[in-house]
Amino acid sequence: MESALLSGVQGLFLGVLNLGPGHVIMILVGSLLLYLGIAKGYEPLLLVPIGFGAILVNIPLSEMMAEGGFIRFFYDVGVRTEVFPLLIFIGIGAMTDFQPLLENPKIILLGAAGQFGIFITLLLALAVGFDKLDAVAVSIIGACDGPTAIYVSSKFAPHMLGAVSVAAYSYMALVPLIQPPIIRALTTQKERMIVMGAVKQPISKTTKIMFPIVVTVFASILAPKGAPLIGTIMLGNLMKESGAVDRLKRASENEIANIVTLLLGLCIGATMEADKFLRAQTLLVLALGFIAISLDTAVGVLFGKLMSLLTGGKVNPLIGAAGISAFPMAARVVQAEGQKYNKKNYLLMHAMSANAGGQIGSVIAAAVMLSVLQGMGIVGG
Amino acid sequence: MDNWTFGWTLALIGMSGTMFVLWILSLLILLIRKVFPYRPEEAAAKKS
Repeated sequence: MESALLSGVQGLFLGVLNLGPGHVIMILVGSLLLYLGIAKGYEPLLLVPIGFGAILVNIPLSEMMAEGGFIRFFYDVGVRTEVFPLLIFIGIGAMTDFQPLLENPKIILLGAAGQFGIFITLLLALAVGFDKLDAVAVSIIGACDGPTAIYVSSKFAPHMLGAVSVAAYSYMALVPLIQPPIIRALTTQKERMIVMGAVKQPISKTTKIMFPIVVTVFASILAPKGAPLIGTIMLGNLMKESGAVDRLKRASENEIANIVTLLLGLCIGATMEADKFLRAQTLLVLALGFIAISLDTAVGVLFGKLMSLLTGGKVNPLIGAAGISAFPMAARVVQAEGQKYNKKNYLLMHAMSANAGGQIGSVIAAAVMLSVLQGMGIVGG
Repeated sequence: MDNWTFGWTLALIGMSGTMFVLWILSLLILLIRKVFPYRPEEAAAKKS
């Protein structure tokens, strides 16, 4: 009887006995993510479930990610299969209005320049010792696009999913702090004051419906490995623009996106186990992610300067900073920066065009990357 | 393939490929706009 009592009491303290400093640190990291999401409002939809998932998985003996564990089930079903980010893409497509881009299509090129940080960071990651596929996973933070980062890293470096996702979402939330100093450093006051005229190009409904179909077919043929990424975002947009499947569109942008966001966040948080996350490599991932997003902004602005030069000063280079996928935050940053130097300057719609271009650009960059990797024989067909 | 060959190949093809695909997309948008131009009746139909 005594030994039974002793064993029972011991059972109550097993969690405490197995609690290591790593667990405590990671519970604090999870709490920090919760603080950023709840108190600071930084990407709360993702940071709250991620933070809570990080806390749950670091409770000793909770076995959340053990075979048959509660979160492991969702991880196997949705993350390992890459289904969750794709479902989120359908919702993003259903929420995105590409009209500004359709009105001013040449601006889409800024969405390409805004992805160059991915590829420069790839070289940096290789230089600091990451192996090939890990470097790909780190560099994709530069897509400035959570689902793309999750899709690519879960495919090639699942052990880095937690660090890559947290970096991607954290830096996306910090775009209003990261971008302005870079924008100011690379432009003159005269350039920042350039007024861009309004583009009033009416777009037919048929054009809006044809756009996602043409993008899917054309871009997927050129970069077939990216077809799931391109296809899902464009399917969502087709549902939005066609107006024929309003129920599906509403479900995609609300119920499906919300449920998947919750489960995806929990799963990402659950990859942040102390023994996997508390490594010097995680700090490197965070540093390289920051560099990637900074480089995106810098190359975008420089490309904007080039466009300004080629058009005889008709393009304000600031809009180049919006050629990333952080929508619509980057466009708002550009608008605010433009107004600081010229109160009559309304860059928002132009920046929105570049920002929509950045959304497509990030998906295309990932698709091109996947197809080139396949072509080089680094990944299977 | 060593890391540097891999990195430079992926970076160069990646950047030029992304730029190329998006440039073609911009041309395709112009083409679609030409083939399916906006008609003022659409605005009228929207209003009614």
